[in-house]
Amino acid sequence: MAKPAELSPESPAMEVRTPPKEAAPSKLAGPATWVDDRIGLAKLMGNIRKVFPDHWSFLLGEIALYSFVILLLTGVFLTIWFKPSMAEVEYAGTYELMRNVPMSEAFASTLAISFDVRGGLLVRQIHHWAAMLFVAAMTVHMLRVFFTGAYRKPRELNWLIGVGLLSIGLVEGFAGYSLPDDLLSGTGLRFVDGLVRSIPLIGTWAEFFVFGGEFPGELVIARLYMVHILLVPGLLLGLISAHMALLVYHKHTHWPAPGRTNHNIQGYPFFPIYVAKAGGFFFIVFGITILMGALIQINPVWLFGPYNPAQVTAGSQPDWYMGFVEGAIRIIPNWETHLLGTTWSWNIFLPGVGLMGLLFTALGAYPFIEAWITGDKSEHHLLDRPRNAPNRTALGVAGMAAYGMFWLAGGNDIIATQFHVSLNAVTYFMRVAVFVVPVLAFIVTKRICLSLQRADRDRVLHGSESNIIVRSPDGGYSESHAPISQGEAYSLTRHPQLEALTPNGEKVGRTRQRLSRWFADGQVPTPTAEEIEAAAHHSSDVAAIEGGDTPAIESSETAETGASH
Amino acid sequence: MRFLASGRRHKAARPLLLLLSLFLVGAVYALVTPATSSSAEGVADAQLIAAGKNLFATNCASCHGLNAEGLAQQGAPNLTNVGAAAVDFQVRTGRMPMANPLVQAPRKENTFTEDEIAALAAYVASLGDGPAIPDESQYDPSSVSAEGVARGGDLFRTNCSACHNFKGAGGALPDGRVAPSLQGVDAKEIWEAMRTGPGQMPVFASGSIPDEDVQKMVAYLEQVNATPSAGLSLGGLGPVAEGFWAWVAGIGSLVLFATWIATRGPRA
Ligand code: HEC
Ligand code: HEC
Ligand code: HEM
Repeated sequence: MAKPAELSPESPAMEVRTPPKEAAPSKLAGPATWVDDRIGLAKLMGNIRKVFPDHWSFLLGEIALYSFVILLLTGVFLTIWFKPSMAEVEYAGTYELMRNVPMSEAFASTLAISFDVRGGLLVRQIHHWAAMLFVAAMTVHMLRVFFTGAYRKPRELNWLIGVGLLSIGLVEGFAGYSLPDDLLSGTGLRFVDGLVRSIPLIGTWAEFFVFGGEFPGELVIARLYMVHILLVPGLLLGLISAHMALLVYHKHTHWPAPGRTNHNIQGYPFFPIYVAKAGGFFFIVFGITILMGALIQINPVWLFGPYNPAQVTAGSQPDWYMGFVEGAIRIIPNWETHLLGTTWSWNIFLPGVGLMGLLFTALGAYPFIEAWITGDKSEHHLLDRPRNAPNRTALGVAGMAAYGMFWLAGGNDIIATQFHVSLNAVTYFMRVAVFVVPVLAFIVTKRICLSLQRADRDRVLHGSESNIIVRSPDGGYSESHAPISQGEAYSLTRHPQLEALTPNGEKVGRTRQRLSRWFADGQVPTPTAEEIEAAAHHSSDVAAIEGGDTPAIESSETAETGASH
Repeated sequence: MRFLASGRRHKAARPLLLLLSLFLVGAVYALVTPATSSSAEGVADAQLIAAGKNLFATNCASCHGLNAEGLAQQGAPNLTNVGAAAVDFQVRTGRMPMANPLVQAPRKENTFTEDEIAALAAYVASLGDGPAIPDESQYDPSSVSAEGVARGGDLFRTNCSACHNFKGAGGALPDGRVAPSLQGVDAKEIWEAMRTGPGQMPVFASGSIPDEDVQKMVAYLEQVNATPSAGLSLGGLGPVAEGFWAWVAGIGSLVLFATWIATRGPRA
């Protein structure tokens, strides 16, 4: 954690002791000095030398950030021509297959952007692909933060900001999807209208509030437009800034390795090296998004036609990030309660409002639940390798499996037609899979984590396989093991052991104790120093059999220098 | 006038009048009723129907019964009122004769000749009524105006896309049935499908969708599928395919690039 400045900036001592600016041997001259005098550029430069560690998984958040930038750029282009109005017009543009078809101005202007504005279709497609990538990148970024335990103290708040970003990212995407007022976006709005109405007691009132009357009304596109280009981007910008500020304040986490501790940070300075890398990566993300926009058709609204409440099409689906809700609605049995002349639509409320609420509540609460279970109050700047927290990793994979099953169920019709199976069979299968597959995923993941831990332990104790098969004088075959480098041994033994909470008066209740025992359970102990010592003796015996009389530790060092070239 | 007035009382007046009126009625009747087909054509029809009956007995009767009355244990419907169009459609698209009992007869290669299809159709048509095989003028879309094509799109989305998807790529229905893809299906088959309602598909009778509208829909389907797409069209399946590509091509390639970038450090 960053050390707070020893003197608070408000302290009077600060003013007295600060040398006058002119006297400072500033390396920045001319315009730079001018700027520095006004906004303190030199201080910024201090931040700019902040160090960032390097690992591919630390770039996932950047993909989200860059997609957001692409969304802002392309979005501004689209706002120049888009008309957020539901007033009816007859189409008179160049797309022949819509000639004179009555439609809203919103849809007509979307067709105009696609067919009559130079580059409009390309920009529309880039914007949509960037939106899909934005949410996808946020999701994988969140998964990496989860599986490495990067949300632990002191970063819980940044995790919460992240959950906020993801949830309003969904809102942003949905609002954008609805704007063109085509058949699919209207069907999607109809779906949300159903969700809103299924809320007990206030449903109908809420529908009238959102749509300004009964669905679809004449207002909702204009309102969604405001949400899509002003409200949510504003919130996103604010939250992203807070997210980045906290990142700089906390500094990035890093993987355990020699020289990397919980109290330092290793990597390249932000400027110039990280800027070069990150800047390069921005162009890669932009390039890929442009390629996708240019080569792969997305949201061909001219084929869907204008929204008409009397029409619907096979293959009506939302964008992928709402697919899990769609899936839940598709597979839930038709549960409804009729009470005193009112209808309670559990079949919509539970999978729609309930599932989304459950997902985001669970995500938001998880760091605090885990900290409560483990009783861990220390700061963590070193990441966990997923295998070393087997229960967390297994929980995460189980969650992904549940999400994945709901997600697949959202495409049950496509699965049925593409793989020639019955739609009902897919639906029944999914009803079971949603509960069974996560449990299986949990068990399998935990097993894999434990055997990986065991492999690590073996590697530390017995070294790596040398690929040399030795035949002993009496004819037996064995593979000799080369000891691993001390650095690697350090990385493999660095992680703390999970410990169950011990009963401690009334402070640790029974449930909590049981949970903590479960969380720490089934861990392969990291080798102790004595064990490593003993194993080293054993392996020097092996080395003796190999014929060399060099002590093992020396050969390990040769191996290390050899590897590092 | 006088002659008539005096003749009224003539003894033969009544029988003559009767004869005259009978003759008139006969003449009017002959004028009003359509000319009966010439005997030669009648013979040809009868031969066609007989040939059809034979074909039916060997190929179809095992399921539909010898008199096309339908056999409940085979799940095969009564065909007495399905009309020639239904037989033409079912046999032309290879659906009938069904090879093995499935929830839905799949489209497959048709093994009958035009004459055999005509014979089967004539036989079934002779059993009752139902839509006849259409003339080309009934389904041919070549005279549809540009505006008509757009109208056809609207009609298609209103009546058909719920099952067949927005550009006729097909879709799933409950219980293992599917609405097949309409891409590359003949105009004549589209007309026949609408008028006879095969399987789970409803009948769209000419009262609700006249022949001109069928032509517009056919024209729309032909043109929308001939229009170039804005890049890979992903099978016209909608957002599921797009999401798949976003993850596999988009996130997949970006993660590969991230791995590559992370291994690039400044060279010492
Ligand atoms: C293996 C049994 C079987 C055989 C053989 C068979 N059919 Fe069918 N047929 C069926 C079944 C079952 C259906 C209902 C299919 C459906 O609803 O998709 C059907 C439906 C039909 C229909 C559609 C009826 C409607 O309501 O539109 C026609 C027409 C038809 N058959 C004609 C024929 C003709 C002509 C032959 C012989 C060339 C034939 N079938 C041979 C089983 C058979
Ligand atoms: C309720 C769903 C439904 C609707 C609505 C519907 N169809 Fe169908 N359609 C089907 C099914 C199911 C089949 C397959 C029937 C079979 O094979 O037994 C089919 C078959 C067809 C076929 C035959 C395709 C082939 O591969 O041989 C055509 C053509 C067709 N439909 C056209 C239309 C048109 C045009 C409309 C709109 C006017 C329409 N359908 C509306 C369900 C539907
Ligand atoms: C607008 C969307 C988002 C953007 C632009 C974004 C951007 C970033 C970037 C660039 C980083 C630093 C690099 C990295 O570790 O990958 C980061 C770190 C982080 N993000 Fe996000 N992120 C977003 C959404 C999320 C979400 C959805 C979560 C979790 C729910 C989250 C939680 C975190 C946390 C805890 C860190 C600190 C990680 C560490 O220091 O190891 N972020 N974010």
